[in-house]
Amino acid sequence: MFGLKSNSLFSDTKKLEREIDGFVDILSEVGLVFKSVVPTYLNHSANGKFDEMVEKVKEMESKADKITKEVEHTLYEETLIPDARSDVLRLLEHMDEIIGMYQGNCYHFSIQKPDFPKEFHQDLIDLTDTVVNCVEALCLTVRSFFRDIKTVRDNGHKVTFYEKESDIKFSALARRIFDSELPLDQKMHLRYFVEKIDRICDQAEDIADEVQIYAIKRSV
Amino acid sequence: MDISIIIFLLGGLFLGWSLGANDAANVFGTAVGTRMVRFKTAAIVCSIFVILGAIISGAGTTETLGKLGAINALPGAFAACVAAGISVYLMTKAGLPVSTTQAIVGAIVGWNLYTGSTTNIKVLITILGTWVLCPVIAGLIAMGFFTLTKNFLLKRKLHILRLDAYTRTALLLAGAFGAYSLGANNIANVMGVFVPISPFTDISISSFFVFSSKEQLFLLGGIAIAVGVFTYSKRVMFTVGNDLLKLSPVAAFIVVISHSIVLFLFASQGISNFLQSINLPSIPLVPVSSSQAVVGAVIGIGLLKGGKEVQWGIAGRITIGWFTLPIIAAIISIFLLFILQNIFNLSVSF
Repeated sequence: MFGLKSNSLFSDTKKLEREIDGFVDILSEVGLVFKSVVPTYLNHSANGKFDEMVEKVKEMESKADKITKEVEHTLYEETLIPDARSDVLRLLEHMDEIIGMYQGNCYHFSIQKPDFPKEFHQDLIDLTDTVVNCVEALCLTVRSFFRDIKTVRDNGHKVTFYEKESDIKFSALARRIFDSELPLDQKMHLRYFVEKIDRICDQAEDIADEVQIYAIKRSV
Repeated sequence: MDISIIIFLLGGLFLGWSLGANDAANVFGTAVGTRMVRFKTAAIVCSIFVILGAIISGAGTTETLGKLGAINALPGAFAACVAAGISVYLMTKAGLPVSTTQAIVGAIVGWNLYTGSTTNIKVLITILGTWVLCPVIAGLIAMGFFTLTKNFLLKRKLHILRLDAYTRTALLLAGAFGAYSLGANNIANVMGVFVPISPFTDISISSFFVFSSKEQLFLLGGIAIAVGVFTYSKRVMFTVGNDLLKLSPVAAFIVVISHSIVLFLFASQGISNFLQSINLPSIPLVPVSSSQAVVGAVIGIGLLKGGKEVQWGIAGRITIGWFTLPIIAAIISIFLLFILQNIFNLSVSF
């Protein structure tokens, strides 16, 4: 009616809600896969399971990219949420970067095949768990932003907590690597991987901070 | 119809156009300015409901204006409308947000002064009193709505996109209600002075339906307002929506609905009768300023948020408008009446 397609407005809204929820689901799922990727690589780097997981992450990343484009297109075409549109799109792009970081880590493990001695395995697995928990907390923060801004701060606080944990674990592991008897080139190589995994948490914290600002802007 | 009658009616239509361009922007300004509703959609809905409000519920406020001063000659009515239109134009140019309401009241008082007619002081005080009450009531209603809506939204946990869809629909409905109320409340400003000297005759369409001369006048005024909405309100809408205060779409809806309720309250014969029937003081049916209602609502929300966001400068400028616009309109009205009577040799009163 009068240029405002009410049926289309509500159906577009529901479709977009599903797509955004689906996007956050993908971010969460990629994390869960990544949580298994690292131990799988450390224990059975030669078998096909690791490659299967890397392929799965790649598929999910493509799916996330597709959703981002669709959401962007619909938000602009239907001029939805004019006050928060740019915030939402920036948020999706930054979350997509996290998925890209997970994927990048998988590829680097697959291509460079870093040789982590057994004594560092558990520490690396712990660091990976913390990073995935951090991103899980980010997923909750983002879901809160879309539905329940009152809880954004609480969930955002959890992201900060896990980021600090991750920093502590990264520093401890890096220190152990450089204190070991390994050759310097190997030390540098291992440090590169540990640092790349830890960086996911930094990105998650930056996004959580952004979301908290967006939530303040969203308040009635 | 005599050509001179058409020329004189043009004065009212000019004022109607000015009302459509300025006051109607208050109804949909926040919705269009925040890009929640397209201008075309807003203009169509606004025009239809302004005309409906004017024809169906415009009589009450017209009666009050008639009591203030019953202009009994077309040239007099023409002078009053043109004076009101010019003064609104001058104040708008000066950057003061004003309404046609204050202008027409000043112009009628000017006619009374020039022709030696008595100004009904009781009615004048009632009108002036409602101009103070109008933003206060709008502010209180906005505060109530804001608190309720905020708590409701925190409990319902609506998805941002669903809230957006609901807000768009609500803005459109509230805007339609606002346009209806504006038509009902403000048509008196545009056509009120022509009612006692209406050049139209009643038209019986069937034995059940009579299209009275007053309703024909209001239809004409409503169309003039609609033309103002389509031709000139877009810029004003974006100004109201973007410059006055940064509002969230939900807050924009609260402002529109509060403003609409106030305009409706001061135009509804039904509510006035109901209050009287239960021995409560009735609400005077008076044309009020939509600008003041909107600013009152915005200030109400601002105060709830702690008062820091309130633009006290605008509030002050509107207060200046309350005092200066009627005076300017009265002076211009007297000046025009003098010219019509002494240069064009027209009778401005009988």
